Amino acid sequence: MTHKFVLVTAFLVALVAHGFSIANAVESSKIVQYVVVDEDSLPSLNVPAILQSLTGKKGDPANGRKVVINRKKGNCLACHVMPISEQPYHGEVGPELNGVASRYQEGELRLLLVNAKFINEDTIMPAFYRNSGFNRVHKKFKGKTILSAQQVEDVVAYLMTLK
Amino acid sequence: MACKFIVFSIGLALALGIVHETGHAGEWGKYQVEDRRSGYTYRTKETRAMQDDDFQNPGMALVDEGEALWSMVDGKAGKSCASCHQDASVTMRGVGAVYPKFDIGLGKLKNIEQQINTCRTGQMQATPWKWEKGQLLAMTVYVRHQSRGMPMNVKVDGSAAPFFEKGKAFYNERRGQLDMSCGSCHEAYPGTRIRADMLSQGQGHSFPTYRLKWQKVGSLHRRFRGCNKQVRSKPYKYGSDEYVNLELYAGWRARGLPIETPALRN
Ligand code: HEC
Ligand code: HEC
Repeated sequence: MTHKFVLVTAFLVALVAHGFSIANAVESSKIVQYVVVDEDSLPSLNVPAILQSLTGKKGDPANGRKVVINRKKGNCLACHVMPISEQPYHGEVGPELNGVASRYQEGELRLLLVNAKFINEDTIMPAFYRNSGFNRVHKKFKGKTILSAQQVEDVVAYLMTLK
Repeated sequence: MACKFIVFSIGLALALGIVHETGHAGEWGKYQVEDRRSGYTYRTKETRAMQDDDFQNPGMALVDEGEALWSMVDGKAGKSCASCHQDASVTMRGVGAVYPKFDIGLGKLKNIEQQINTCRTGQMQATPWKWEKGQLLAMTVYVRHQSRGMPMNVKVDGSAAPFFEKGKAFYNERRGQLDMSCGSCHEAYPGTRIRADMLSQGQGHSFPTYRLKWQKVGSLHRRFRGCNKQVRSKPYKYGSDEYVNLELYAGWRARGLPIETPALRN
């Protein structure tokens, strides 16, 4: 009970700190709600994290690998070098992801995918699980997230294989 | 002796290699002014060679088309562009370097495409040409080409200042589902590969440009629409105030760089 309260507080603090308005939080209600835990409430973390699976299910790493390649889905290769040698031309905007599982815990990777701006406001990396608070979104994508909750879990599971 | 010579050449080659890797001021000649490098310098050797050779650059066909249109009489007034402006190589030289420009009558900026259509509807009493269609593209290329090699020199102070500020704000405003600004790519990461493409500084001095991807010449506003759409944002209309203001800012980002119209990009 007390534990739950601490997590929720951390979540609210995170929301306020990142300038989300209450209206955005309400509008986002169509997506799975998640709890962000920060380093103060869980000292084993290096960056804020989402500890629980968004879907309650385990991700499928093989599907995650497909999602990161797909240009209409993750399109992660646009910016990251990854150990996916059958695909030519990996981008170099972000860090190489080889070995990323030894740098981050699962929950940290989940938050990085959901919305990396919790960690770095200025990042160019898109928030893959956010559906509101954007400016002038094309109508095809209004109210939608880039990835579904399960696709996020699948990508997390794939990233966890990159030891 | 021969052996020593070989060692010396390898040393020299290595030294040159290092210079090439890191780059130094002036490496790109006229295509670099201070820290501003033309999009030309971010393209491959092959693409640059194609731009450098007028016979290989397919954009040059529009210079010829534009030249033919220049003296074509059209509209109720029975005039051509040449009736008022005579020899384009004299009267249009320098025009491309200073547009878009504040227009007192309009109370806002006007770009070359819009000036061409103002001449058509006003002086010639002809119908305006449509954006992104052959004639307007060809005439814009032809006019801009008369300033090829001249340094970009748009005016951003005085009456132009508020429009410049709007263009700059647009460049730095995040938009779309991917939530990126123009600067997210073109200020933060020029020289960096985004998938197979290498990001440039996102400047406006080379337009209209022949793009291999389009297999066609396109306007700067077409490029803006493409860059807006790739971050999943709703693009603005060709010739919208937003894009004309942005054009001024993109032109200023290229200040001092030589006009390349029609440039060649991938
Ligand atoms: C438009 C560029 C871009 C795209 C697309 C992108 N990223 Fe990133 N990513 C970055 C940048 C830049 C960073 C560096 C951190 C920062 O900016 O705060 C980063 C950081 C990361 C990190 C932390 C790496 C580290 O070593 O610190 C992970 C993990 C990551 N990205 C995964 C992904 C995955 C998985 C995808 C696709 C689903 C993706 N990224 C798509 C730009 C991008
Ligand atoms: C996701 C990354 C990204 C964003 C955001 C982006 N661009 Fe681009 N832009 C590119 C790529 C890739 C190219 C092609 C390579 C190059 O010239 O940079 C390009 C090319 C250009 C060019 C052509 C430069 C030349 O010399 O041919 C201009 C001008 C430009 N962008 C302006 C803009 C403006 C203005 C915005 C915002 C409205 C913007 N870009 C947003 C990726 C982006």
